Amino acid sequence: MDATDLTSRILGGDRRALALAITHVENNTETGRAVQAGLYPRTGQAQTIGVTGSAGVGKSTLASVLAAEQRARGRTVGIVAVDPSSPFSQGAILGDRIRMQALTADGGVFLRSMASRGSLGGLSETTTGVVDLLDAAGYDIVLLETVGAGQDEVEVATATQTTVLVTAPAAGDDVQVMKAGLMEIAQVMVINKSDLAGADTTAQQLRALLSLAPAGRAWIPPIVKTVARAGDGAANLVDAIDQHQQHMRESDHAGDERRALVRSQIIALARASLYREALTMAEREGILDGLAEQVAERRTDPRTAADTLLAAMRGEGAG
Amino acid sequence: MTTETKKIRVLVAKPGLDGHDRGAKVIARALRDAGMEVIYTGIRQTPRMIAEAALQEDVDVVGLSILSGAHMELFPRVITELESRGVDDVLLMCGGIIPEEDIPAIREMGFTGVFGPGASTVDMIEFINLSVSASRHEN
Repeated sequence: MDATDLTSRILGGDRRALALAITHVENNTETGRAVQAGLYPRTGQAQTIGVTGSAGVGKSTLASVLAAEQRARGRTVGIVAVDPSSPFSQGAILGDRIRMQALTADGGVFLRSMASRGSLGGLSETTTGVVDLLDAAGYDIVLLETVGAGQDEVEVATATQTTVLVTAPAAGDDVQVMKAGLMEIAQVMVINKSDLAGADTTAQQLRALLSLAPAGRAWIPPIVKTVARAGDGAANLVDAIDQHQQHMRESDHAGDERRALVRSQIIALARASLYREALTMAEREGILDGLAEQVAERRTDPRTAADTLLAAMRGEGAG
Repeated sequence: MTTETKKIRVLVAKPGLDGHDRGAKVIARALRDAGMEVIYTGIRQTPRMIAEAALQEDVDVVGLSILSGAHMELFPRVITELESRGVDDVLLMCGGIIPEEDIPAIREMGFTGVFGPGASTVDMIEFINLSVSASRHEN
């Protein structure tokens, strides 16, 4: 199936075409780019929601009950669930279907598991694309569940409109929350496993942190307590997300916010492409190996080697 | 400039009611270590759930693990569900407890790889790599 074919089939509700197109986007093919470009004018209908947080706080389980609650409200749901790739084999075990059993035979749900594929792929690059495909395919809700780690986490927040940050009681003191700078990216805070001891303290700490937000900030993230395993708090969570979505639509600065979001997306995509091009070239020319050897033997230092590498690439770019 | 990256995606599923998935997990782990992306569904999957997963995940390989003895009942239903969704280009494999006399019929259904107890994961990986690269070459 070529890009035109895929595009029209996706708009016609063909789930297999959608699955094939997602593979193209993941594999960064020309067809994938053409489908993305063709479908982009049809995006903007879905509520896009990111679910992020550290490992083990219950993201998958929470995403599952969040999706179930959306289905109960009659909305169709597209889900992208990201799990890490092995840095050694580049393989991955994608286990989100295990926690989302209840949704997997529901025709109103499309669930796609994705491996993070390491730094070379640019996680944000593909997730933004896949979120857009599900949006254009007509799902009312697009849910992105990410691996909870590092820089990518902040970037992934630009792939969706509402970012839900999941924490759990006793998952570190308030400095941990501050450190990660997550206050900036979360529009809704969830304290999952809130039946455990310490939930009230965690809520207090989050509230204290949020009170430090810059004055005049139009949206103060609500704090929602959940017990995802039991489905408790799902309705409150969906209400909070809906409120944020409504706030965005009605905000005087809606246009500005949208421009800021897509601006971050453009930067993230350009950065990923640039990085990949640079690295591909450095490896192809053997420049990187040569420099690595020099640094390993302490004949030069890493900073100088990096400058040499960039100079070599600029030289090739100009010629 | 685009740099295409292609990964072999494998669905590992346990149809039916047996709850013992040590074997399936060992295989999922071995395939991961061979650089594949393995979607593991967990236990107690219906043929419909397996086919939906294969469709949505756009996998190259569907691997079924079954110990309950219900393979002659469940495997054809998985294939029917796959076909009804237009998923007709996946490599089908199975493993678990499958009596020797059932193997010809299972191969007839379209399972090109049948791996019983004691099968080596190295053989399995080689089988997948060869079969998937051959079918990609055709397309």
